[in-house]
Amino acid sequence: MDLIVIITVFVLALFVGMEVISKVPPTLHTPLMSGSNAISGVTIIGAMVVAGRGEEQIGAILGVIAVIFATINVVGGFMVTDRMLKMFKQKPRERT
Amino acid sequence: MVEFAYLNPLLAAVEGEAQDAGPLAAVIQLIYLGAVVCFILGLKRLSHPLTARSGNILAAVGMFVAIVATLLHREIVSYPLIVIGIVVGSGIGAVFARTVKMTAMPQMVALLNGFGGGASALVAGAAFLRYVNSGEAPTLDVAITMQLSVLIGTVTFSGSLIAFGKLQELLTGRAVTYPLQKPLNAILFAGVLALVVWLVVAPSGWVVFAVLVGAGLLLGVFSVIPIGGADMPVVISLLNSYSGLAAALTGFVINNHGLVISGALVGASGLFLTNIMCKAMNRSLGNVLFGAFGAAPALAPTTQAAAARGVRSYSVEDAAMIFASANSVIIVPGYGMAVAQAQHVVKELTDKLAAHGIDVKFAIHPVAGRMPGHMNVLLAEADVPYEQLLDLEGVNPLFPQTDVALVIGANDVVNPAARHDKASPIYGMPILDVDKARTVMICKRSLNPGFAGIDNELFYAEGTIMLFGDGKATITRLVAALDDFF
Repeated sequence: MDLIVIITVFVLALFVGMEVISKVPPTLHTPLMSGSNAISGVTIIGAMVVAGRGEEQIGAILGVIAVIFATINVVGGFMVTDRMLKMFKQKPRERT
Repeated sequence: MVEFAYLNPLLAAVEGEAQDAGPLAAVIQLIYLGAVVCFILGLKRLSHPLTARSGNILAAVGMFVAIVATLLHREIVSYPLIVIGIVVGSGIGAVFARTVKMTAMPQMVALLNGFGGGASALVAGAAFLRYVNSGEAPTLDVAITMQLSVLIGTVTFSGSLIAFGKLQELLTGRAVTYPLQKPLNAILFAGVLALVVWLVVAPSGWVVFAVLVGAGLLLGVFSVIPIGGADMPVVISLLNSYSGLAAALTGFVINNHGLVISGALVGASGLFLTNIMCKAMNRSLGNVLFGAFGAAPALAPTTQAAAARGVRSYSVEDAAMIFASANSVIIVPGYGMAVAQAQHVVKELTDKLAAHGIDVKFAIHPVAGRMPGHMNVLLAEADVPYEQLLDLEGVNPLFPQTDVALVIGANDVVNPAARHDKASPIYGMPILDVDKARTVMICKRSLNPGFAGIDNELFYAEGTIMLFGDGKATITRLVAALDDFF
């Protein structure tokens, strides 16, 4: 039953994603990509559990590397997206 | 599932958490849901440049909240490794994000994709090792998604690193081909799938698992090296989608709906962009991935041959005269503008023209540059207002009434052969109809063909003027030359 629920959630989320993202204008496709990329870094919550459950050697090493990778993804992604988005400007008002 | 939870600590923590593990776990799940809502609303705000920045910040807040909530997770007993990981990762990520040049954004995104995919593979790998060590057998669905997550994560990781290498020009940007490439890749792919099945059916040894990891990494490398530089927009979009799928699969493994939903959002986003890019090149995804487009450099026509075919090469002074008498100008930027870092002088040019009442617009082809929206970001960096940038459908009807179309470092996307030459490899690709403008000015280093390796008949057309030279240097001199006329 759990599996069916989670597959249902996955499929519905795909549709939500398509719907939301099809509204993004081409001019913002690069920030869309880096921003959605940062969102895929949400895997960090899995990585934190692996790193924090006090495992012995290999598990701990995998965990800490996973946290580093995911954090680079999250922090780098959101920051660089912000840097891009603050450059998009409207035409200055015509002087009269 | 519930009785299973008592047997397995990993599943116990995440599976049926809301039911079994007390109010705290339920609260954490609800917080994750809140984070997902932030992601969706954030992406929604990306539908307009004015709201986009707040959307990104909203998504970042959602992520921050999710991370803080995870710290309360009852399975987490020690914090030092988490803190180390977050501090190191934040430092590296922040340095990347602050120092990367806007022209290098495609490789930055490729790299970030790779880290995301790698992290998902590591989490799934850690789950697998835990099963091996505890001697427990995972349920079938967990076993399948765990191996698939490792597979897609490793392919994303190594494929992204290769894409990064190509974009950064550490590796050749051309399609790398060799005999039997496709059969060998097919065998590798079949082998990888067989390993996945093996590990699902008999989830025993870490040796087989290590082979799967290695094979997944190889598959990523071998699938990206046959793809040439100008097809990178498709590859990056696809890898973006993979990194989302890997995260979603990891969500299946640890039974976390937040991860599944976020992964699905990103997967959908990547697929959507992949589809747009393929359409903009009139090619199927299969053709992009396996077509090895742009493998061999075509030779540039010799100068004599070029002269014989009627190439008109103008000096910037002559070009400036044409601009001075124009009423409307459309600028078509391509990857060459990014390479030459010419976006700021292009902005100077538009300012100068606009100050003298000349209407200036930009025409952006969807695959101009090395990733979707690459040109828009560069021009935004140079302070060009986004209203001035038009897409294919918006700009093509305007060319017949335009005096000058100035092409800077674009080639295949303005090649009229795509409209009429059925033998051309780019036949059927939607192009910018610059040849319909009264004068076409092409700023280019040489007559070298574009990425598709085909000659561009536009260079020899009657209304075409070539301005040979580096994009930045030429436009700078053009701006200076305009002073004599205004």
